[in-house]
Amino acid sequence: MTSIGTGYDLSASTYSPDGRIFQVEYANKAVENSGTAIGLKVKDGIVLAVEKLVHSKLLVPEANRRIQTVDRHIGLATAGLLADGRHLSNRARDEASNYRETYNSPPPLKNIADRLGLYVQAYTLYSSVRPFGISTILGTVDQDGPGLFVVEPSGVFFGYNGAAVGKGRQLAKTELEKLKLPELSMREAVMEAARIIYLVHDDAKEKEFELEMSWIGPESNNQHVHIPKDLFQEAEAAAKAALENFE
Amino acid sequence: MDHIDWNRLKTGEVNLGTSIMAVQFEGGVVVGADSRTTTGSYIANRVTDKLTHVHDRIYCCRSGSAADTQAVADIVHQHLQMYSQTAGKPPSVHTAAAVFQKICYENKDALSAGIIVGGWDEIHGPSVYNIPLGGGLFRQPWAIGGSGSTYVYGYCDATYEEGWGRDETVEFVKNTLALAMSRDGSSGGVIRMVVITEDSVERLFVPGNELPKFWEGHEVLAAAQPRKKGVPDVVPMAVEV
Repeated sequence: MTSIGTGYDLSASTYSPDGRIFQVEYANKAVENSGTAIGLKVKDGIVLAVEKLVHSKLLVPEANRRIQTVDRHIGLATAGLLADGRHLSNRARDEASNYRETYNSPPPLKNIADRLGLYVQAYTLYSSVRPFGISTILGTVDQDGPGLFVVEPSGVFFGYNGAAVGKGRQLAKTELEKLKLPELSMREAVMEAARIIYLVHDDAKEKEFELEMSWIGPESNNQHVHIPKDLFQEAEAAAKAALENFE
Repeated sequence: MDHIDWNRLKTGEVNLGTSIMAVQFEGGVVVGADSRTTTGSYIANRVTDKLTHVHDRIYCCRSGSAADTQAVADIVHQHLQMYSQTAGKPPSVHTAAAVFQKICYENKDALSAGIIVGGWDEIHGPSVYNIPLGGGLFRQPWAIGGSGSTYVYGYCDATYEEGWGRDETVEFVKNTLALAMSRDGSSGGVIRMVVITEDSVERLFVPGNELPKFWEGHEVLAAAQPRKKGVPDVVPMAVEV
């Protein structure tokens, strides 16, 4: 083992001499290899969209969803290791039901993001565990209106107006920045989200992918549900058309 | 448990055999209570404060065991401090009431506590929640509790009106408690009230010698007074033959 650089990446409980935790950085790499997930916070709601890479044609369509419901008004989309996403969404559901039990009212997303942040961070402290290989987008419409958060493998979380994680996040972010998010309607946001996912998908590297979208807003009675079929097909068709014009 | 044991106080346990109430009005809430604490027939404290602060704009009225309700109010107070710190904003009255309810329900076999929660919050404005003995949770425009309340339900039903202002509500609380205290042997002393609005929390005090007075009766068995002139004598009812 030399003095600097090597040998400090085997455990999440050891810093490197320049103060980094390599295991957390490797966890971020796991996120970067995953299909893109985006979240849009618009005028009166939230839209989540995921580029789900399909590894096999034998998979049942719409199986292995990467957008999940945490509570009636909270949606969760992950980029990274699928199983880690499942585990974290289960934890989020426990936190939400716990909040309901103590306060007899729906949990604010800030509270859930806070608790998930603590949970994820605890996995960066011990040599016996590995950090979560996922970045998580959380969306809601709660008593404070629409809310959007991202929890990273280090355990930090931030609030956003537009969020993008995974492989195509850079391009997705520049596309999101071009939008006037606070002025968009829910339906406009669905169209934009589909367009961005189709735009960032790189079919030179990955051929097959499935678009997955959900929303929370007045049109879904402020509950987290997958986008209705007709609107989904309309958005997907428009996204494909926009992509052809773009090229 | 097939029935509620109403006499579960230990012998010698300090009891708030109380008259308490809370009433919401446009812009705020008035909570009020008598001041009597008893151990059996002995008045352990005649100037008790049963109106307990649990957060900046939330108070509770305590009835039942003094020890139990103090402990519960202390726990809720601590819980709400944690809540406001982590949420970054004061709790709603509903939140406070839900915490009370959880404790009262989960420990219903061990507690003797009837609590009324009243206060003001940003989301709902003024509100009153009643948490009676079994640990239920009920939002009400007004709530009365304690042993004295049983004597004044009719008065409250007949008197309360929606749309009162602060002063009318304070009078209502004061009168109701005075009536309850005059009939209930376990209630008495002074009246304490707290008026909670968005801008302030104001304490009011009515000393025992300034309680509102109502009909107090007179001696009926005294020597018969001569009838006044012009008042016809009572005659037997005419009977048709």
